[in-house]
Amino acid sequence: MSSLLSVNNLSKAFGAVRVADDLCFDIAEGEAVGILGPNGAGKTSLFNLITGALKSDSGTIYYRQADITKHSAQKRCRNGIARSFQIPQPFNGMTVFENCLVAATQAGGMSGSKAEQFVVEVLDDTGLLDKSNIKSGSLTLLDRKRLEMSRALATKPSLLLLDEIAGGLTEAECGELIDSIKRVRASGTTIIWIEHVIHALMAVVERLIVIDFGRMIAEGDPETTIKSDAVKEIYLGVDGGEAA
Amino acid sequence: MLVVLFLVAAPWWAGRAELRLLGEIYLYLSLACLWNLMAGYAGMVSVGQQAYVGFGGYMLFALTMFVGLPPIAAIGVSAVLAAALAVPIASLIFRLNGAYFAIGTWVIAEVFRLTFAQVNALGGGSGTSLPVSIVKSLASSRSGRESLSYFLAIGAMILVFVSIYFFLRSKRGLALTAIRDNETAASGLGVNIWRTKLEVYVVTAALTAAIGGLIFLQKLRISPDAAFSVNDWTAFVIFIVVIGGIGTLEGPIIGTILFFLLRETLADYGSAYLMILGLVAILVMIKAPRGVWGWIAQKYDIELLPMRYRVQLDK
Ligand SMILES: Nc1ncnc2c1ncn2[C@@H]1O[C@H](COP(=O)(O)OP(=O)(O)O)[C@@H](O)[C@H]1O
Ligand SMILES: [Mg+2]
Repeated sequence: MSSLLSVNNLSKAFGAVRVADDLCFDIAEGEAVGILGPNGAGKTSLFNLITGALKSDSGTIYYRQADITKHSAQKRCRNGIARSFQIPQPFNGMTVFENCLVAATQAGGMSGSKAEQFVVEVLDDTGLLDKSNIKSGSLTLLDRKRLEMSRALATKPSLLLLDEIAGGLTEAECGELIDSIKRVRASGTTIIWIEHVIHALMAVVERLIVIDFGRMIAEGDPETTIKSDAVKEIYLGVDGGEAA
Repeated sequence: MLVVLFLVAAPWWAGRAELRLLGEIYLYLSLACLWNLMAGYAGMVSVGQQAYVGFGGYMLFALTMFVGLPPIAAIGVSAVLAAALAVPIASLIFRLNGAYFAIGTWVIAEVFRLTFAQVNALGGGSGTSLPVSIVKSLASSRSGRESLSYFLAIGAMILVFVSIYFFLRSKRGLALTAIRDNETAASGLGVNIWRTKLEVYVVTAALTAAIGGLIFLQKLRISPDAAFSVNDWTAFVIFIVVIGGIGTLEGPIIGTILFFLLRETLADYGSAYLMILGLVAILVMIKAPRGVWGWIAQKYDIELLPMRYRVQLDK
């Protein structure tokens, strides 16, 4: 397997807060990787660095063997990197359908009825189709999270970054979400998923990366990594499934 | 549709004064729609659009008087020139954000005003009138000219309105609306924010210049203070858009109607009129921050002009 994304010695600090501290890892084409770590560890910031929403202090990011460290967010997205925001950022004045249409027509490069058809397929898959014509500003938090994922999928990404989308779901809903992500994965999309709902994460990913204070403290196959001392230490006092 | 036909036929039923007023209303509505596109959708709050109104007006005079173009062609050419001029101006003021952007646009407009005041051939600081021969070339009779200038005004308004409508419904318009709602998310979804804004700025400049040409074709006289008046071409326009409902297609229409109702009823009160306008603006901003149309749309959940993409849900 060739590597799709390669992060090399990536560092970023906000004043004294280090959100990325000499991070190095590779993501293979078609892989599904989970990211774990306590709140404030720098997980979301890592996504911001990969998507270009944030500029790194040092280090490089390679995507498809090309150095994208200096590329704009817009260019990275057009090249196939899409993300969902942990705190949903919908286009409030637009309908759910239009939100996704922006993604399909801009980053996805589709147009006309082809774009519209594709968006319908995506919304059908994520379970938002019956809310297509509702303004996204009036959605519940749960549906906003669904919209985040739908919008990212509507860009037809090669690399999908998901930031905490399973929190607060019921058992059944969580099952649907897992199925939906597995389908995305099966279609060949590479996935990096930040998630506190560990059983959901474990059902999908084949590798775990654990981050604390911007540093990678453990990495490897999910079963062993989750039992490692480093992880136990972080989640000490926090009961198994859900971290606050 | 019927309303539009009825208005197009105005020269056959309206008197001269009404015709003039209607023409002015159309041109103001066009300016309001254009400013709304820039500020309400692209988030570029300009207080210097009078630069392009005045430029369009002056170019009409210059191109007809010195190049010998017929007035209507001159207006077309001045729109193209304004677009060409808007590109370097944009690359300058796009470096500024928020309030600095607004101040930048105003400075540019002042530079325009001072520049045109230096051109002696156009009457310098005191301005000039359009030579009678050029006025006559439009139509030989006075009523013919008045009808023509009415048709030009309503034609321009329809053109501006329809272009904005189709632009907003297009792929680019969708991107622009996305920028309006959330810039971070938009750029994260592949929207080229800089280019989208530049396109809007340039197209708005061109159309604003064309409207400026029509305004001064109606007035037949131009001076730097009238052409680059921040009151007439920006303050009133902002008033219209803000009370009508910024960032909506319907807002400028409602705003224009309200503005002219106020202006016509308060015309006799002199400077009290400006104070009342200010009061109305403050009241609307407190009671309905999204303007009169925003308030109506929210209360009754209606949309006069279907802008949205709708999905047929067949289950
Ligand atoms: N734009 C920013 N400016 C300053 N500090 C920030 C910014 N973004 C994140 N931080 C800080 O960086 C740390 C890591 O945040 P984040 O990456 O969101 O963590 P996580 O997603 O792992 O919970 C936090 O302490 C947060 O307050
Ligand atoms: Mg986070």
